[in-house]
Amino acid sequence: MSEDRKIKLATCSLAGCFGCHMSLLDIDEKLFPLLKKVEFDRTPFTDIKKCGSCDIGIVEGGVSNVENVHVLKEFRKHCKVLVAMGACAITGGVPSLRNNIDLWDCFQEIYLYEGGLEGSQIPNDPELPLPLDKVYPVYEVVKIDYFLPGCPPSADTIWKFLTDLIAGREPKLSYEMLHYD
Amino acid sequence: MSKNFTLDGKVISFKDGQTIMDAALTAGVYIPHLCHNPKFIPHGSCKLCIVNVNGRNMTSCTMPAGNGMVIENNTSALNDDRKALVQMLFVEGNHTCPSCEASGNCKLQATAYYLEMLSPHYTHFYPPRTVDASHPDIFLDLNRCILCELCVRASRDVDGKNIFKISGRGIGSHLVVNAESGKLGDTNFAVTDKAARVCPTGAILIKRRGYKTPIGHRIYDHKKINEIQAESDHE
Repeated sequence: MSEDRKIKLATCSLAGCFGCHMSLLDIDEKLFPLLKKVEFDRTPFTDIKKCGSCDIGIVEGGVSNVENVHVLKEFRKHCKVLVAMGACAITGGVPSLRNNIDLWDCFQEIYLYEGGLEGSQIPNDPELPLPLDKVYPVYEVVKIDYFLPGCPPSADTIWKFLTDLIAGREPKLSYEMLHYD
Repeated sequence: MSKNFTLDGKVISFKDGQTIMDAALTAGVYIPHLCHNPKFIPHGSCKLCIVNVNGRNMTSCTMPAGNGMVIENNTSALNDDRKALVQMLFVEGNHTCPSCEASGNCKLQATAYYLEMLSPHYTHFYPPRTVDASHPDIFLDLNRCILCELCVRASRDVDGKNIFKISGRGIGSHLVVNAESGKLGDTNFAVTDKAARVCPTGAILIKRRGYKTPIGHRIYDHKKINEIQAESDHE
């Protein structure tokens, strides 16, 4: 990669808690050297809505609904290297705890049985993406090039991973950086 | 004259009747394993302790040591096979580490760390499994059971209670509880039983101890499973 061109980086959170993104921001002052090498494309930080052509895409969260599938496929299409970040992207994580509960039972429990808004009903606005039967890890939907485990991966882990990747090295995590929790 | 074999080039002596695993544990050499515990009769089911003996792959926990054997253990080919086995264990159950109280103390997870598993790789089964909370002191979460039979062996051979058994065959194999209701609460299982403390994962958990040791301060959080084995008196 030429020295003068900045690496284009996109990130998104699918069925996640944004904890991995918080951990990415937790690299704190290292954001400055990062921004010398990297230009953010679509991310929650820039609020850009469509992913342009990117060198690296980082996906947090599993695939829980139809919109997640669309976003994930858009990332795969536009990112040369796609990274699954965090437990939810890699295994489905905590959202996948719903996988053995019937979706209809889930909806009834949340929207009908519990007291809430007047005239309890299951939301069905056409703008709402339809949920999938289960929550899937991203690698079961598109090809993933790198995995960055953790719930979330620590800021140091993300920094080590990113600096390796940006420098063109195979990312290598130490034992203490490799965690599933 | 003492008998010995070589393990990754290192000469290891053994006594008659010892398995390759026994001799390796005595010598302080780590061979990955999940269903093996030296206090119990070998089971040979998890296949992680597979080693190459004179050109053939064998489970070291069941294979008697032989004089002059040339054994390979810590090779990239064997560790790749072991990683694939661990990945299959992860997708066959519901192993959601962030929501599991055993995280950090779990041998399945620690073995995956040791083998540098970055993802479960295979398609998840997300099998429907149950949690049995009927016992006053112990949870039985079958989502995390890897069918190692350590609880079966501990309950039968040490506690003398025969509380657990594996039922079914092949992919239908599952852990059952020896009570008419099938519930742990209807057995004489006690928190002091060996079987309550032998599970390598979080399938059998003692209640009211949750997060007593915080995440980050647990057994395998900073030390690899092979280093822990070396420090402990053969588990």
